[in-house]
Amino acid sequence: MSILVDKSTRLLVQGITGKTGMFHTRQTLDYGTRVVAGVTPGRGGAKVEGIPVFDTVEEAVEKTAANASVVFVPPPSATDAVLEAADSGIALVVCITEGIPAMDASRLMAALRERYPQTRLVGPNCPGVITPQECKIGIMPGYIHRPGPVGVVSRSGTLTYEAVHQLSGLGLGQSTCVGIGGDPIVGTSFIDVLELFEKDPGTRGVVLIGEIGGAEEEEAAEFIRANVSKPVAAFIAGRGAPPGRRMGHAGAIIAGGKGTAAEKVEALRAAGARLAETPDRIGQAMAELL
Amino acid sequence: MRVHEYQAKELLERYGIDVPRGGIAATAAEAVSVAKGLGGAAWVVKAQIHAGGRGKGGGVRIARALSELEEISSRMLGMNLVTPQTGPEGRRVRKILVTEVCEIARELYASVVLDRGQQRPVLMVSAEGGVEIEDLAASAPEKIFKEAANPFTGLEPFQARRLARRLGLGGPLIASCSSLLVKLVRAFIETDASLVEVNPLALTKDGRLMALDAKLAFDDNALYRHGDFLPWRDLDEEDPLEVRASKFDLSYVKLSGDIGCMVNGAGLAMATLDIIQHCGGEPANFLDVGGGASAEKVTEAFKIIIEDPGVRAILVNIFGGIMRCDVIAEGILAAAREVDLRVPVVVRLEGTNVEEGRAILSGCGLSLRAAAGLADAARKAVDLARSSPE
Repeated sequence: MSILVDKSTRLLVQGITGKTGMFHTRQTLDYGTRVVAGVTPGRGGAKVEGIPVFDTVEEAVEKTAANASVVFVPPPSATDAVLEAADSGIALVVCITEGIPAMDASRLMAALRERYPQTRLVGPNCPGVITPQECKIGIMPGYIHRPGPVGVVSRSGTLTYEAVHQLSGLGLGQSTCVGIGGDPIVGTSFIDVLELFEKDPGTRGVVLIGEIGGAEEEEAAEFIRANVSKPVAAFIAGRGAPPGRRMGHAGAIIAGGKGTAAEKVEALRAAGARLAETPDRIGQAMAELL
Repeated sequence: MRVHEYQAKELLERYGIDVPRGGIAATAAEAVSVAKGLGGAAWVVKAQIHAGGRGKGGGVRIARALSELEEISSRMLGMNLVTPQTGPEGRRVRKILVTEVCEIARELYASVVLDRGQQRPVLMVSAEGGVEIEDLAASAPEKIFKEAANPFTGLEPFQARRLARRLGLGGPLIASCSSLLVKLVRAFIETDASLVEVNPLALTKDGRLMALDAKLAFDDNALYRHGDFLPWRDLDEEDPLEVRASKFDLSYVKLSGDIGCMVNGAGLAMATLDIIQHCGGEPANFLDVGGGASAEKVTEAFKIIIEDPGVRAILVNIFGGIMRCDVIAEGILAAAREVDLRVPVVVRLEGTNVEEGRAILSGCGLSLRAAAGLADAARKAVDLARSSPE
């Protein structure tokens, strides 16, 4: 079992004719994901890797019954692309784009909540979602994943690959891995994913990877304490980060003394999660709980 | 991107918010001419640096004669201003703002930030102006009042009036204060700011509201549509290596330790700093070369790291996903050919094409140390930094 994506997922690629879109369409096809359509306004009728390209999401959905979308559209048009997918009834939109202005993300989330509550946005600025051997939506290296019982949710990209690599090396496969994104405003929170993992019979334990900035990890800890019966292993990146400096991700900043790693570690530990002291022990922390 | 107080005030004025009359000066003579233009018998002299707490370090002074103004200005310009926010090294003062003196009846506080939980701009006000808001939030959070704004339409006037009442204002001040607050939120939204802070927001003895001080920062991701603000970037306020890194689209933050780091991905880069500290070392920098970096980018990153004179060992930690390990290895070799590798380099490669990457590095004849895992890499780097000559 899995969450969000599986063999039945029919994927649409927005921005399929761009360099990144094209490259990852190839990778996604190689992994076995059912890519059914691409959209680039003005390029309707073209084909990329044998996949038909449409001018609008509406037409792509009509002709191919796509039910999920991945967005590789550059920042100035990315939020419009997400809204277009939502307006065409796409249930899951994964936005990979990094560098979207925060106010655009704020307006996007307000519009999604008000007009398209049935659409779930994952990201932006995220690696995507993968259910091993079933469906890969995003930019993660597929081959490091193995099917299995561990759900992974993270704000980071490569640090997640690191954790997945450790898990697979220990013989612990993954039910689904969700990168929620490193921006201050994202569509899907830790809590949303924890709730899905808690309900998923195929998930026996959860790895949560957080980082400095905001209070999402503290909120996740509160949710774990009250609602999660499955064991949770966690790691928080940025213990040594200086306050007031943005550490790569737009959302990774200790602002006004808030959002430190120490607060998040403490909250998660108090909620019963097992904290990996160092990033090389994330897989081990999960193994000890299963 | 942070800007100076005088630039922040210029922006507030464009939105119809009153600020004290004043002008900017880079020399004492210019300061005197600004003061003469303003008239009056006393002036405020404020050091323009990108750090708060200036008053505590002697960066805000009142002059009561032109001769005193000249003396204060010449002493302040060029000084290394140390405040609680600059660190012990302080910041060099290159410009000063000279303004009229206002007769203040009350000092209030107002700021706008993007609230991550609510995912919209939030206006915060307090009747306790002039103090650090973080301190107030810790000691008396009930004295801070908030209203969330609609990201499309801004703050509703009724929300602003409600806050004006909570600030203890009445009569005609309800209208002037609420109008100011609505404008403040509009300025935040329209300019894609990440912070607008007015502290203190002064109520003058003649009943006017005025931004006595202003702090403003813009969302870097939105600067592409605000070309008119780009000239406001002050490279003197940034670390030279950080400026160079930004030109190559590398995310680099200078730190104070001696182990240079090059990592792909922000989360893994932070985690690498953590494990270095866990092993008893101190990182010299944060550097994320990005998820899909090229060999050229890796070369440039290497040059920037090694230019920091404090670096005594370098740790390269790459988890190759889309970015292949052999590409990284080629980048390291290219850098090694161009720069003098004066310090030991520990390389930890994992992921896509890891064998090819390791083969390239082991066959290159350079003194690179391969590491077996993250912890091994960190320990090796810490040991090498300790044993390498000053």
